[in-house]
Amino acid sequence: MTLEIIGITVLWFFLFGYVIVGSIDFGAGFFNAYSLLTNRQHILTNIIQRYLSPVWEVTNVFLVFFFVGIIGFFPKTAFYYGTTLLVPASIAIILLAIRGSYYAFETYGSRGHKGYSFMYGAAGILIPASLSVVLTISEGGFIDMVDGQPVLDYSRLFLSPLTWSIVVLAIAATLYISAVFLTWYASKAEDAGATKLLRKYALIWALPTMITATGIIVELRAHNPEHYANILDVWWAFLISGLLFFGTVYLLWTKRNYGWAFLLLVGQFFIAFFAYGWSHRPYLLYPYLTIYDGFTNETMAIALIIAFIAGLCLLLPSLYLLLRLFLFNKDYVAGKKEDNHA
Amino acid sequence: MGNEEAVFFSRLLTEMTLSFHIIYATIGVGVPLMIMLAQYVGIKKNDEHYILLARRWARGFVITVAVGVVTGTAIGLQLSLLWPNFMELAGQVIALPLFLEAFAFFFEAIFLGIYLYTWDRFENQKKHLLLLVPVAFGAAMSAVFITMVNAFMNAPQGFDMVDGELVNISPLLAMFNPAMPTKVAHVVSTALMTSAFVLASIGAFRLLKGSNHIYHKKAVYLMVKVGLVFSIATAIIGDFSGKYLAEYQPEKLAAAEWHFETSEAAPLILYGILDGEEVKYAIKIPFALSILAHNDPNAEVIGLDQFPEDEIPPLYIHYFFNIMITIGMFMVMLSAFYVVAKWRKWKFANSRFILWLIVAGGPLSMIAIQAGWWMTEVGRQPWILYQIMTVEQGATSSGSVDIMVVAFAILYLILGIGSVVVLRRMFRNNPVEKELDKLDQERLEGDTK
Repeated sequence: MTLEIIGITVLWFFLFGYVIVGSIDFGAGFFNAYSLLTNRQHILTNIIQRYLSPVWEVTNVFLVFFFVGIIGFFPKTAFYYGTTLLVPASIAIILLAIRGSYYAFETYGSRGHKGYSFMYGAAGILIPASLSVVLTISEGGFIDMVDGQPVLDYSRLFLSPLTWSIVVLAIAATLYISAVFLTWYASKAEDAGATKLLRKYALIWALPTMITATGIIVELRAHNPEHYANILDVWWAFLISGLLFFGTVYLLWTKRNYGWAFLLLVGQFFIAFFAYGWSHRPYLLYPYLTIYDGFTNETMAIALIIAFIAGLCLLLPSLYLLLRLFLFNKDYVAGKKEDNHA
Repeated sequence: MGNEEAVFFSRLLTEMTLSFHIIYATIGVGVPLMIMLAQYVGIKKNDEHYILLARRWARGFVITVAVGVVTGTAIGLQLSLLWPNFMELAGQVIALPLFLEAFAFFFEAIFLGIYLYTWDRFENQKKHLLLLVPVAFGAAMSAVFITMVNAFMNAPQGFDMVDGELVNISPLLAMFNPAMPTKVAHVVSTALMTSAFVLASIGAFRLLKGSNHIYHKKAVYLMVKVGLVFSIATAIIGDFSGKYLAEYQPEKLAAAEWHFETSEAAPLILYGILDGEEVKYAIKIPFALSILAHNDPNAEVIGLDQFPEDEIPPLYIHYFFNIMITIGMFMVMLSAFYVVAKWRKWKFANSRFILWLIVAGGPLSMIAIQAGWWMTEVGRQPWILYQIMTVEQGATSSGSVDIMVVAFAILYLILGIGSVVVLRRMFRNNPVEKELDKLDQERLEGDTK
């Protein structure tokens, strides 16, 4: 395996981590706000707060890690993506800022403040949409080189059906992932009301997730035939991913083993995410930038990989501790232990 | 929008984001250590006031951390968005500390979450105290790593440029550049000093506003003591920083000191205003600049005459320099006085006048932090990478930076007001007397059970 492949795999892992924990986080904020609007917050708020509160900071780090890492391993991405993404990425930053701080204001400052809850719920659901624009742009066709500088063509971007399909997929998948996870979490807490409601949300959002995901592959045939051909090469991976999807839905439908349902879901997204990434190779930005010509010097790559391994040795036990204390601690989940924060 | 405007607005936006972020980041680096200290003192003296102090500080700290995290994410991304050419070059040399900073932040985030939500889980408070070690350590390390990046911009090394190509790259050499020791030490010690004075300032304010509780007195005394230690450390490290500048970045020192002609036995110019090339109303301390620069009253100090016109930083950094130094010295004297007065049991220490000065100390220290950063950053103009890349060459070619400046200005306004409102409400609705009463009540109930 070359250093380039190691680099992009490490980053892809972190992005996947962000997709899962971020989705749970953003979706939970949305469901929380929605339950406030429909006067059902007594069912959901406790479950959601209990999960989110100790982990909200960690979620953000996955993203930071990804964008710091990609500049480290592939410095040329700063030139192409940095120059073109000023507006879309700034919008995402502003949404992230509003969400993060309003979440803290609501949770630690004025618990139950409707305005704050609504703000972080609404901002949260727009974040996946604004971040997914990067995936669209990476497919190529939206950036022109003018005088040696990359320029993003907004009208082409906004008029493309591909853009909107990816945006819809991002939102639907966020809500789907989040609802499945929270169903499991609520059932562990033996909170029947919350489980019932969240299971309903999970089933509602399953279908749009699958339809848009399939639709995007079809659209790529016209937009980026090379990528489409690569996707067909790994058709079996998408097939397995699809089967796992049906497994999740089946378990939800028959109301059993929500833990397995969530695991199958992670497996489904993991396989699809990596198959997509694999077929995208070697392009970071089609057709200007590949992982080979954008790669950093060898010394830095090795230094980063060493730092990465050392960091993981520190992080994994800490993460395990966090999960044990809050996610896999039956008393905490069920709210039996007092969850009074500081 | 032409390149010139893009550069101007990029600088404006970066300055705005950093100036806002630094307020929360400074607190983020310093306060965990103060919480740890209060918790430790509380356990050691078996005094519940200090434990409560730690708990209440932690509660407020979460709000500042949230704003610090989101603005930190903003500046992290803006580096690539506004300075893509710089990041492309720097990414090959200095990515390691950036990467490590994310790790330190990760580490801190995990343990802060655990610390905040396990107040009632441990019978033994010492175990709980241990959770703060990684929080304070992670916070300090992220400051260390990110300051290394900034130090690299001032003293780039660890690579060779051959025909525009980078060769012989050494990430460790880039991290441990000559500017690193003084910068890192100065950043960490000023963050600790400022956090201590901010917390002292809050306690003093409560004392002035009616609450005469011993709890606040303990808080103020403890924090002024800590502040004294770190303000003295800051002054010493500041002196080293001056010597560093004289050696490696003489034009920054010369611009900050309005030292126009290279000369021996150079005087230090304090205050004053600049009228063309003439300095008016200034206080001149003979030999002081030579001492500051080289520890020798007769040493030669390089002046601005040694540099081409377009490599001289703006001369207004002299004002920032003065603000920083004056506040620093004032805080050393104020805290030293207070500690001595308390120790000798002088009544004057508890007078409203002194308390008001302590209240002012927090905001003043924060102003000194801002002034110091403006001085060091503006002082390396026109370079983004000292003597390698100018700010113009590093900036984006995008045409929408001006709109983003407005958008972010609104965002910071909302976050700034929001955090102040929430913090005020948090502590106003739950004063310490109320909380102590509640604790007593719980203990009584516990005894009768």
